[in-house]
Amino acid sequence: MGAAHSASEEVRELVGKTGFSSDQIEQLHRRFKQLSGDQPTIRKENFSSIPDLELNPIRAKIVRAFFDNRNLRRGPSGLAEEINFEDFLGIMSYFRPMDTGLDEEQVELCRREKLRFLFHMYDSDSDGRITLEEYRNVVEELLSGNPHIEKESARSIADGAMMEAASVCVGQMEPDQVYEGITFDDFLKIWQGIDIETKMHVRFLNMETMALCH
Amino acid sequence: MYITFDPGGCRCSPATLLTSSVWHTVPHQGRDMDCDRSLHFRAWTWLLLLVALNDSEASSDLNKSTNSTAQPDPNVRFAAASTEPDEKIAVFALDYDYVQIPYEVTLWILLASLAKIGFHLYHRLPGFMPESCLLIIVGALVGAIIFGTDHKSPPVMDSSIYFLYLLPPIVLEGGYFMPTRPFFENIGSILWWAGLGALINAFGIGLSLYLICQIKAFGLGDVNLLQNLLFGSLISAVDPVAVLAVFEEARVNEPLYMMIFGEALLNDGISVVLYNILIAFTKMHKFEDIEPVDILAGCARFIIVGVGGVFFGVIFGFISAFITRFTQNISAIEPLIVFMFSYLSYLVAETLYLSGILAITACAVTMKKYVEENVSQTSYTTIKYFMKMLSSVSETLIFIFMGVSTVGKNHDWNWAFICFTLVFCQIWRAISVFALFYVSNQFRTFPFSIKDQCIIFYSGVRGAGSFSLAFLLPLSLFPRKKMFVTATLVVIYFTVFIQGITIGPLVRYLDVKKTNKKESINEELHIRLMDHLKAGIEDVCGQWSHYQVRDKFKKFDHRYLRKILIRKNLPKSSIVSLYKKLEMKQAIEMVETGMLTSTAFSISNQAQRIQGTKRLSPEDVESMKDILTHNMYQVRQRTLSYNKYSLKPRSSEKQAKEILIRRQNTLRESMRKGHSLPWGKPAGTKNIRYLSFPYSNPQSSRRSMRAAEFTDYDGSDSELLSVMFNPHSCTGSLQERRCAQEFIPMKSLHRAGKPSNFSFQINTSQNQDVVGGRRMALRSQPFFHVVREEYESGEESEEDSVIRSRWSVEHRHSRDYQKSHSPLLHRK
Repeated sequence: MGAAHSASEEVRELVGKTGFSSDQIEQLHRRFKQLSGDQPTIRKENFSSIPDLELNPIRAKIVRAFFDNRNLRRGPSGLAEEINFEDFLGIMSYFRPMDTGLDEEQVELCRREKLRFLFHMYDSDSDGRITLEEYRNVVEELLSGNPHIEKESARSIADGAMMEAASVCVGQMEPDQVYEGITFDDFLKIWQGIDIETKMHVRFLNMETMALCH
Repeated sequence: MYITFDPGGCRCSPATLLTSSVWHTVPHQGRDMDCDRSLHFRAWTWLLLLVALNDSEASSDLNKSTNSTAQPDPNVRFAAASTEPDEKIAVFALDYDYVQIPYEVTLWILLASLAKIGFHLYHRLPGFMPESCLLIIVGALVGAIIFGTDHKSPPVMDSSIYFLYLLPPIVLEGGYFMPTRPFFENIGSILWWAGLGALINAFGIGLSLYLICQIKAFGLGDVNLLQNLLFGSLISAVDPVAVLAVFEEARVNEPLYMMIFGEALLNDGISVVLYNILIAFTKMHKFEDIEPVDILAGCARFIIVGVGGVFFGVIFGFISAFITRFTQNISAIEPLIVFMFSYLSYLVAETLYLSGILAITACAVTMKKYVEENVSQTSYTTIKYFMKMLSSVSETLIFIFMGVSTVGKNHDWNWAFICFTLVFCQIWRAISVFALFYVSNQFRTFPFSIKDQCIIFYSGVRGAGSFSLAFLLPLSLFPRKKMFVTATLVVIYFTVFIQGITIGPLVRYLDVKKTNKKESINEELHIRLMDHLKAGIEDVCGQWSHYQVRDKFKKFDHRYLRKILIRKNLPKSSIVSLYKKLEMKQAIEMVETGMLTSTAFSISNQAQRIQGTKRLSPEDVESMKDILTHNMYQVRQRTLSYNKYSLKPRSSEKQAKEILIRRQNTLRESMRKGHSLPWGKPAGTKNIRYLSFPYSNPQSSRRSMRAAEFTDYDGSDSELLSVMFNPHSCTGSLQERRCAQEFIPMKSLHRAGKPSNFSFQINTSQNQDVVGGRRMALRSQPFFHVVREEYESGEESEEDSVIRSRWSVEHRHSRDYQKSHSPLLHRK
């Protein structure tokens, strides 16, 4: 473990920032170093060394999310070249299960954060809208694991989803009103009632159960 | 021994009773009238002889001998026939004995089915009480009749009959319809709760009842520890099917549902294993003392029986999946393979003294996935329905039989024992729920709330299983069997009637966290994305966890299992290929028969369709959601909803819709292939001819032209179609879909005459020539407005609004439009 990062103060600071326990941070830091090859930062290429990720149909989107400035809270758009451990932890902390003792407001805040992350995965051009093209893109990627599904059906699914989103979010529209895409508010509306808390979380382990990277 | 000579009249079926109850006021004579005259004569003499010999009343004696009556009957007939040859040939003869058992069983099942039909006819009743209540009531009524007329109930129940014929279908059904994904997501908690919960309950109830039995005042001194434990094991077998129905309706959250489902699934198995082991102990105890070694052996046995059962189940599941790989030419026997192998797994496990229940469950779970992909659609449907039917019949029989055996003299009402049983059942359930969930909550990311736990506690409804086990207690080992049966019945009645009826209101009152099944496409997509995202994040973290295990299994499954178990010529998702086949067939048929089928299909819907043309009704939205959600089941099939008694009625409808959609795709495809590219040609004349040739009627040819056009731009122009997102366009596209599916002209089209036809032209030309068409639409916009105003009083012309909305979209999005259409242009 060693290294400058595991200095207890730094860890404590990270604990406060991200909500991870120090064990988990230790754990993740080990992984980080493994991925980066003992460098202080990770670049996109480093992610290609994860064999398990290869089969993930939305691999590109996941990797991208790590470098997305919006997720890193660095800016409204664009991609970062490289991220350091703190950024890495920051991204991971989106997937922390919510603490149980939170009050309503905090839960809502947490929920928003998580959903924002998700929203950014869809909204690849950072214009604050999930346009039809983007939506289709995602669906196609999702279905890309199955070679027997034609692109067309993926598209029709995205189209249908978009229509549904329009009907959910806008309700009755004026005849010549046009639904241009799902904004974040609409996105929240769609997710209303779906308990993201139980869905968007990864169990971060305290114990040494690292899968081998190579 | 005299039972063997009983000509069968003594065991009248309830239905015979019902039909001829007038006769039955004098039991003996009435009974005899049912019988064959000649046989009756013999029987009567025999009976008289027996009565004389035994100096006792036949019927009361017969009541005592319960179980052994079933088998010898046919032999009686032949034996009698051989000893006393017929003197003359009867012109009209009645041979009831010969058919008695199947006859009575058939009538029982029929009666139960009729009761069910009646139950569901009055639609408020199912919401009020669970179905099992009704079955018990019907059974009790029949029992009362039987009792009132001094008859004996039919031989439905018997140890071997129960374990060999009645139990397997129930368990098989549970395993086969298990929602695999949520089950395995919660597997840890389920195993912990269902397994340990049953044990705690069994031993807790057994031991505390034993303490009660030590109190002299209750007069229960003769009930020993083993018997109490055995009683505890059988009374702890909960059967929360009724609760599941309530949950389904109230849409409680998924983990809670899965807890109860898992309990329903595994509880039977555990209780029966425990029961059998304890029976073995009791038998042993009769001759020798039980030593600690034996107890240890019993514990080891418990594990071996369970694990071994599961092992055999999995093996048989794989074998049957493998065999269905080769059945493509003889699909009629596919269901048979499935049923026989499941049953075989049960029998093999039982032969080896392993848990047949767990074996058949594991077998069903294992093979389901592969079998479903291998077998044909019809076989698949057959399997599903047959399974539901079998289990429903079994359960119905047990419940009715329970009702029947409630009424009678063979009860031993011991206030203390019964009350304490009831109390301990509740107490121990509470203890086990709260203790076990307290522990498992420590390991869960999202713990079960106190409300959830209360609901789980309250859902401890006992059912057919407990009763059967109690009823099958060997009388020789359990002198107080009657008391046990009575206590079991009381517990069942209490839980089924009181808890079963009140749990619905309780769930609503406690406002348990609801599930968020909205069945929306968006949700489906988001959750799908989320799954991959989570797996991806875990990969990045390099952690071995839940999602990764699933991922790993999927990979293994994909690489090896599927290759071995699933037919080679099939693509990955067979449902798709199946529908392809179907849709091909139907498309061909459609062209051949001039779309007779589809028009016939549509006529019935037409009236309602016309009403619904104006606005996007909620049903339309719903059906569209369905279509699209279902389109995604190549992606993932989420089958959470589970109802013990009925399959989802809408599945076939959905299927039909899907077939229609796919058919439409095929048509489109064939049009493209057959007639090069439909766009880029003026007004798609070829398409029209292709679809309309069977018609002589100009109306219908226009109809199909429309259909062709719609089909056309639904596909070639999906960009177009979907850029417009306002409710009108929703309506439009939905109806478009409908039109294309069913080839119904809108009412407005009939009335529309020229303007709308003209709009068609525009429409088509837009599709044909994208850029030009857009300009054209741009120019012709005012014209459309005129059209619209013209029809404002009536129903707004459907395609009109579509076009307008499309126009507006095109207008605004001309940039995107050009961009998105570039591939299209290239294709040209």
